[in-house]
This record gives sequence, structure tokens and C-alpha cells, in this order.
Amino acid sequence: MSYLPYLLAVWIFLVGLFGIVRSRNFIHLVVCLSVTQSSTYVLLLSIGYVKGGTAPIFKDVKPGTKAVDPVVQALTLTDIVVSVTVAALLLSLAILGKHHAGTMDPEELHPMQG
Amino acid sequence: MTRRIRLTVFGVAAAGFAALLIWGTLGIPDFGHYRGRYGQILNHAAVKERQTTNTVTAIVFDYRGLDTMGEEFILFASVTGVALLLREQRKDVPRPRDEVRNEAVRAIGICLVPAVLTLGLWVVAHGAITPGGGFQGGVILSATFLLVWLAGSLRTYVRLTPTPYVDLTEGTGVGGFVVTGLIALLIGMPFLHNLLPYGLAGKLSSGGSLPILNWATGLAVTAAFLLLYSEFLEERSFVIAGKHK
Amino acid sequence: MNVIYVFSIVLAGAAALAVVLTTDLLRIAMLASFYTLTLVIFFLLLQAPDVALSELVVGTIAYPVVLVVAILIDRAE
Repeated sequence: MSYLPYLLAVWIFLVGLFGIVRSRNFIHLVVCLSVTQSSTYVLLLSIGYVKGGTAPIFKDVKPGTKAVDPVVQALTLTDIVVSVTVAALLLSLAILGKHHAGTMDPEELHPMQG
Repeated sequence: MTRRIRLTVFGVAAAGFAALLIWGTLGIPDFGHYRGRYGQILNHAAVKERQTTNTVTAIVFDYRGLDTMGEEFILFASVTGVALLLREQRKDVPRPRDEVRNEAVRAIGICLVPAVLTLGLWVVAHGAITPGGGFQGGVILSATFLLVWLAGSLRTYVRLTPTPYVDLTEGTGVGGFVVTGLIALLIGMPFLHNLLPYGLAGKLSSGGSLPILNWATGLAVTAAFLLLYSEFLEERSFVIAGKHK
Repeated sequence: MNVIYVFSIVLAGAAALAVVLTTDLLRIAMLASFYTLTLVIFFLLLQAPDVALSELVVGTIAYPVVLVVAILIDRAE
């Protein structure tokens, strides 16, 4: 039972991959990619949890009380904001693909030839 | 390779991959018994050394400031990529007539704009003391301008955020981070060494050069998201105008 | 492990499955935002207020706007 957060990370990753493989629309694909990326946040934060620990903010709490690991939180925090801009880049690629090829379906796009 | 074959291959591969991942997670220490030392040392030392009560912000902007600089470059590159892809020949695009007519929506939107602006500035300024910082506060500040579009019209939004100024703000934000590091190099210290005095923990100007980096990041994130919204909205106006020709 | 941890984990897993299985585009924008909110609850239970604030702000303001405008561009063509 104590492995449940790690199993959640594995589950979200596989569910996201399943969505990417089965996808019929580029925008749906970008959302599934985002879901897959969020599984890494869940895994990182679950690793850093300390039982009985509080948040690593020491404004009203004496420094030295048991707190959860702050390093993984710092890694996740910047990643969340930056991943939205990368998703926007992928969406703009999808929009341009629609301009040039006329479709948003990954299965109808043929590879470049010639 | 048809769709069914592809899904079957994926099913087999996913089963193997899932088994591998689950076997891997059984080797991780139990949930709640993290054995790392770096985080515990920083928890005990950050308040005394850097005079910041928010250890996570101290790590993001001070102890691991170099990694944050890399993330800002990713942000800058993605936004530049979006601008490059979507800024085609788009001169004199007529904006669609989409003024919000409902009085209640307009009133609530206008009343919310100063509240959200204050909240955004507060979250950015108190990054070193409470949960917050440049990243979160920057997105909230971008919501201030977004409310103008949502409760008003697109023309007002475009007039409020002229593209040259937004570009300049983003460059200032990302460049300010790098320049703060370079100034430290010029005076003979390591890159991104602290320039200002540490101050007292709990005050707004504590933490060495953390306030400078914090505000630079806030500016960069705000401008990056405003650029993203502008590009997408202009593209939509372009597509709608192109259809009605 | 409390009941509330298990509940939030199950909720996040169910929301992820719902996001992946939807095909209508506007519904997927709303479900993605809801999935982000379930993750915010989970992050708060893991004592990470900074990360929860970041995810909340992004999942409510930045991500739905970018998605919905992309969907509208797709529909307008």
C-alpha cells in the first residue's frame, strides 16, 4: 500500500502513452503528451516525501523541524511553467500542419517523399 | 501497418514496460522514508546562510540558479519558436467584432483586474518569504491582461500589449538573469555570486541577489505568456478574416 | 497511508484516464484543467505548496487559454 504513489506515476505514464498511440487528432495528442509529462512530477514529489514532515517554508516554524525534501520541489516548480510553453510550440506546429496539409489527423499525413 | 496491428504491438510493449517500471519502483525506498542528504542540509542551513525562509525559492534562484537559467532559456526558445512559426504576413488584420455585451461580465472583469494585478505583484515580491516567486507570480500577472480580453474585446487587449514592448520586456527578463551573473564574473567572483547584502530573514529584500533574479524571472514569464496569447489570438483573427474574404 | 491519500491518488488516476479517452476537443480542454486540479490536491497532500501553486496557476490560466484558442483556430478553418 505504501507504493501507491509510485504506481500512480507508472499508471499515468502508461495511460498517456496509450492516448498518444491511439490519438486521431493533433491537439488530443498534445494533451496526452502533457499528461505523460505530469507523471514525472508525481514521481519526483512522491520520492521526496518525508513521513511526518511539514512544508519546507520556515516562516512560522522553527528551522530544524522535520520537513520534506525541497530539492525535488525546486526541480518540479520551474518545469511545470516551462512545459506549457513547449506545449504551445507543439500546438502552433499542429496549426501550421493544418494550413499546409489540410488535416489534423496523424494517420492521414504521409511522410515526405522525393 | 494498420491501426490494429499498431495497437496490438503497443499493448505487448506496454505490458513489458509496465512490468519493468513496477520492478524498478520496488527498489525505491518506502514512501515517506527519503534518504537523501542534500535536501536535509539545505533545510537546516538555508535560513541562516541566505536569510530566506522559503527554502524552495532559495534553491531555485540561489543554490541551483544555473539550472533555472537553463529553464529560462527553454522558455525563451519556445516562445521565439512560436513567434517564428506564427508571425507570417499579417499586416492590417481586421479584428473580429467580439466585444462582450453582457454588463455583469464586463463589470466583474473590470473589478477583478486591479485585484489580480495586486495578487500577482504580491506573489512575485514575496517569493523569498512565503510560497511564490517569479514563475507563479508571472503567470498571474499575465492573467491581468487576459481578463481585459475575456471581459472586454480583442482590440482593447491588443492596444494594451503592443508587441515591441512585450518583446523588450521578455528580453530584459531573460537577459537580466544572465547579466546579474556576468556582473559577478566581472568583479572577480564566481558566476551568479550574490551581489547585494543578505538582509534579515522575513523582509522583502532578503537573500542577496535573489530579489533581482526573482523580478527578472517574473518579467520574463509574464512577457512570454503575453506573447503566446497574442500570437494565438492574432492567428485566430487572421484565419477568421481569411474565411470571410 | 490515510484514506485521503488513497482517495486523491484514485481521483488523479481516474481523471488521467478520462482525459485520454475523450475525443471531443472542447471537453478535453475542460477535463485537462480538472485533471490539473486533482494533481494540485495531491501535491498539497505531499506538503509542496510552491509546486501546488505553480500547477494551479498554470492549469487554470495559461494552459486552457492556449488549448481553447488552438481549438477555435482549428474549428474556424
